[in-house]
Amino acid sequence: MNFYTDLFGILPVLIVSSAGLIVIILEALLKRGETISYFLSIISLILAGLSAVYIYPMYSTAFNGMVAVGGYASFFNFIICVGALLTILLSKDYLEKRNINYGEFYILVLFATAGMMFLASGVDLIITFLGIELMSISLYVLAAFARTDPKSNEAGLKYLLLGAFATGFLLFGIAFIYGSTTTTNLKIISANFQNYQNDFLFWLGVGLLLVGFSFKVAAVPFHMWAPDVYEGAPTPASGFMSAVAKSAAFGAFVLVFIFGFHGTNEQVRNAIAVISVLSMGLGNIIAISQTNVKRMLAYSSIAHAGYILIGLASANELGKQGVLYYSLAYILMQVGAFGVVSIVEKEENKALNINDYTGLGHRKPLIGVLMSIFMFALTGFPPFAGFVGKYYLFASAVQAKMTWLAVAGVLATLISVYYYLNVVIHMYLKEQPAEVLNNPDETKISISGALAVLISAIGVFIIGILPTMVTRYFEKLF
Amino acid sequence: MELLQKHILTAIIFLPFVGALVISLINSERKNLIKFLGLLFSTLTFIISVYVFIKYDPAKTGFQFVEKYPWIQSLDISYKVGIDGISLLLLVLTTFLTPVGLLATWSSVDKRVKGYVIMFLLLETGMNGVFCALDTFLFYIFWETMLIPMYFIIGIWGGENRIYAAVKFVIYTMVGSLLMLVAIIALGNFASQMGGQFTGDLEKLYEVAPKVSLNAQILMFLAFTLSFAIKVPLFPFHTWLPDAHVEAPTAGSVILAGVLLKMGTYGILRFSIPLFPEATFIFLPYIAVLAVVGIIYGALVSFVQPDLKKLVAYSSVSHLGFVVLGLMGLTIESVQGGLIQMVNHGLSTGALFMLVGMIYDRRHTRMIEEFGGLARVTPVYATFFMIVALSSLGLPGLNGFVGEFLILLGSFKSKFLGTTAFAIFAATGVILAAVYLLTAYQRIFFGKLTKTENQSIKDLNLREIVSLALVLIFIVWIGIYPNTFLKKSEPSVKKVVEQMEKYRSGVFRAQR
Repeated sequence: MNFYTDLFGILPVLIVSSAGLIVIILEALLKRGETISYFLSIISLILAGLSAVYIYPMYSTAFNGMVAVGGYASFFNFIICVGALLTILLSKDYLEKRNINYGEFYILVLFATAGMMFLASGVDLIITFLGIELMSISLYVLAAFARTDPKSNEAGLKYLLLGAFATGFLLFGIAFIYGSTTTTNLKIISANFQNYQNDFLFWLGVGLLLVGFSFKVAAVPFHMWAPDVYEGAPTPASGFMSAVAKSAAFGAFVLVFIFGFHGTNEQVRNAIAVISVLSMGLGNIIAISQTNVKRMLAYSSIAHAGYILIGLASANELGKQGVLYYSLAYILMQVGAFGVVSIVEKEENKALNINDYTGLGHRKPLIGVLMSIFMFALTGFPPFAGFVGKYYLFASAVQAKMTWLAVAGVLATLISVYYYLNVVIHMYLKEQPAEVLNNPDETKISISGALAVLISAIGVFIIGILPTMVTRYFEKLF
Repeated sequence: MELLQKHILTAIIFLPFVGALVISLINSERKNLIKFLGLLFSTLTFIISVYVFIKYDPAKTGFQFVEKYPWIQSLDISYKVGIDGISLLLLVLTTFLTPVGLLATWSSVDKRVKGYVIMFLLLETGMNGVFCALDTFLFYIFWETMLIPMYFIIGIWGGENRIYAAVKFVIYTMVGSLLMLVAIIALGNFASQMGGQFTGDLEKLYEVAPKVSLNAQILMFLAFTLSFAIKVPLFPFHTWLPDAHVEAPTAGSVILAGVLLKMGTYGILRFSIPLFPEATFIFLPYIAVLAVVGIIYGALVSFVQPDLKKLVAYSSVSHLGFVVLGLMGLTIESVQGGLIQMVNHGLSTGALFMLVGMIYDRRHTRMIEEFGGLARVTPVYATFFMIVALSSLGLPGLNGFVGEFLILLGSFKSKFLGTTAFAIFAATGVILAAVYLLTAYQRIFFGKLTKTENQSIKDLNLREIVSLALVLIFIVWIGIYPNTFLKKSEPSVKKVVEQMEKYRSGVFRAQR
């Protein structure tokens, strides 16, 4: 491949990052450029998503085998674009509502998106690292974007400190692997994998990478930052971080651990299984006691990282497909749920408590129905996407002779029924308090926000009923 | 028309869903139109299912009206529906009870009517799907989806304690069904290990599953059966039932008792027994013991209930105990009896719940002590109540007798149960049923009219009479000529029983 076809291969990333650069310049030149930035971001993300679809059949690598092109990379590029697009659609009203509508928000989302796309398509650990850094640094700022709000500042700082720590682990792991294999290219490592079986440094590197990735996907015991960050960050950004960034990190996780390291070995997979069980258990149990909906979703996102890790622990074909499918399903469910939260939320972090949702289903029928769909989908009720994803993941565990892991997964699901349904209970089953009935809620729902939530809900439903619409793209990934 | 004939089961499953979609487009203020449409769509579904009932040919073995479309090909999961004699009866019961339930409670639900009717139709889709599904994945989807509308029906339109009851209902059911999900996956995986492919196709699994090692069979049997036992509910998993029944609105109780509970017994007959015969032989006596305990326990608890609805709810535990005992008997008579008893219970208990709902609409209480001497004020109501109560307690000539008699006869001579003790103890349940139902009847309808509020109770109106009369037709029909129904299911039941006897002799040979 020559330089130009290489460039063409990473077209989605190019579009998004150049849109980011253009928006920076526009922001500097124009006085009130937020609206232009907003539309430009939307257009660039749509174009990037379409180009990812167009590149899908290419199946190759670019830049001397550093970046995957087509297939796997395209799938993740596409779903990341979808997630970012939904985030942007949701954020405008939210930012206006909180009086922080600055164009930088869009720039940061675009750069984070570019980072995620690189992260999920890096066939070289250096690209993985670059992607993770580009994504994380943008997200640190995004978390602290509501700069007058102490909670948001706390979120940004916490994320930065712990994220830097995680990056250290990751980089150290890459260094060890480089030390023992003399390469950072996953293809070469994969081809010579047999030679490293007894190399202690190699496995040390794998272990450190595992820690680094676990940090990024917020799996127990490396989850400490997640609840505070997701709670403090502006709500659409929380959805973006907890779903899209997590999916991108899982994209890299699968690429490195399953394709690069052949699913690693028994011990590492058992370690992943343990991390998975801890995440599912702890995330779900703590989520029960949360009264702040954002925080509840934050803890539940830890649990969902646990579910997805089942696929990595079993490391077989079904597991791989499960991770990929669940990534998309999770983006739709979680961004949608956070989207509803951002629509319901009022100035100064108000209306985030579960009690503020009492009677919502009767006051705002559409929002109520959509939120219920997200809650049922996150629980894993059929016929929504969450169920099919869990089916794949549990099936992969059974196939890998880890039936106990599947059982742990269903028990964790059972715990989650309680708090997800609690939202539905508040929205529909509880009587509305008198003061709410007397002061009807005047907040209007903007078209773009409603559209984003609606798209997510329809997506959750359609890919839940017709999972092959997604899974048929998994038949050939490289 | 030909299109309909080819996809007739799909039409039965999804016509209510279409109805729900149509209704969702209508302005929620037009309550009567919404109710009418709900009734229309569920009646149409019933008419189609009657056509299926007539067309169903018991002489053919295997499943009929089968439709199959690939769904997730890599896992050999398909949209596969079909019915045999076992599901046929329950399918018709479901499509019958939904419109009747809606009709009987036409005026008792007044708030959020639109959501109510939509939820009902969605529920019907789920229930019809459960009885038609011939793919474990599809079955599980319908099994779980059905929870959502039922949860809302109890939770939004229920009584005082509805949230507690709704959550308890969902969590209890989920405990079982999630473990069943693992078993479904494991079963598919065993199919792939035995030289085949991962599959969800029930007919393929019927071949594979009995060959699985005994330990795995036992685990999977327990996972499946726990899920079904909670749904039935088999003693001691019944504690969700009184709460759910008492809090649910009348039509919800009718469907809950009439159909939802049957899903548990249907599941045992469709999945647990034929898939895991050897595990069944091991657990059969224990389940039969629980069933008999349930029969007696349910009857005794019913006897002391001050709340009429709770009385009927606990009587379900007792009646379903009979059904489970019949299934565990594994003779043609007892299984046929179990099957017809499922239908009977759906009709009788459904009608009882409707009657309780009717009196509740008038007096806003269900406490037995609040009534007395009603026979003079509401003679029509009293007559209907008498017939239904008699059918429920098994008076010869009405439907309950047929089922209970067949079950007792079959389990008495069952080789699988091995002892006549089960039948003997279970028979006391028949007597106890007479005791609690007739005592309650006496306290409500006879004696002096003590309360002034009771003097002005209006008797049943035409709509209520029609809805009850529809149920009564079948109560009498099954009581006098059960053969219409039994002959449809007999070959399918025979097949299961003969299969089990083959496995049984095989087991004994292996032990020698």
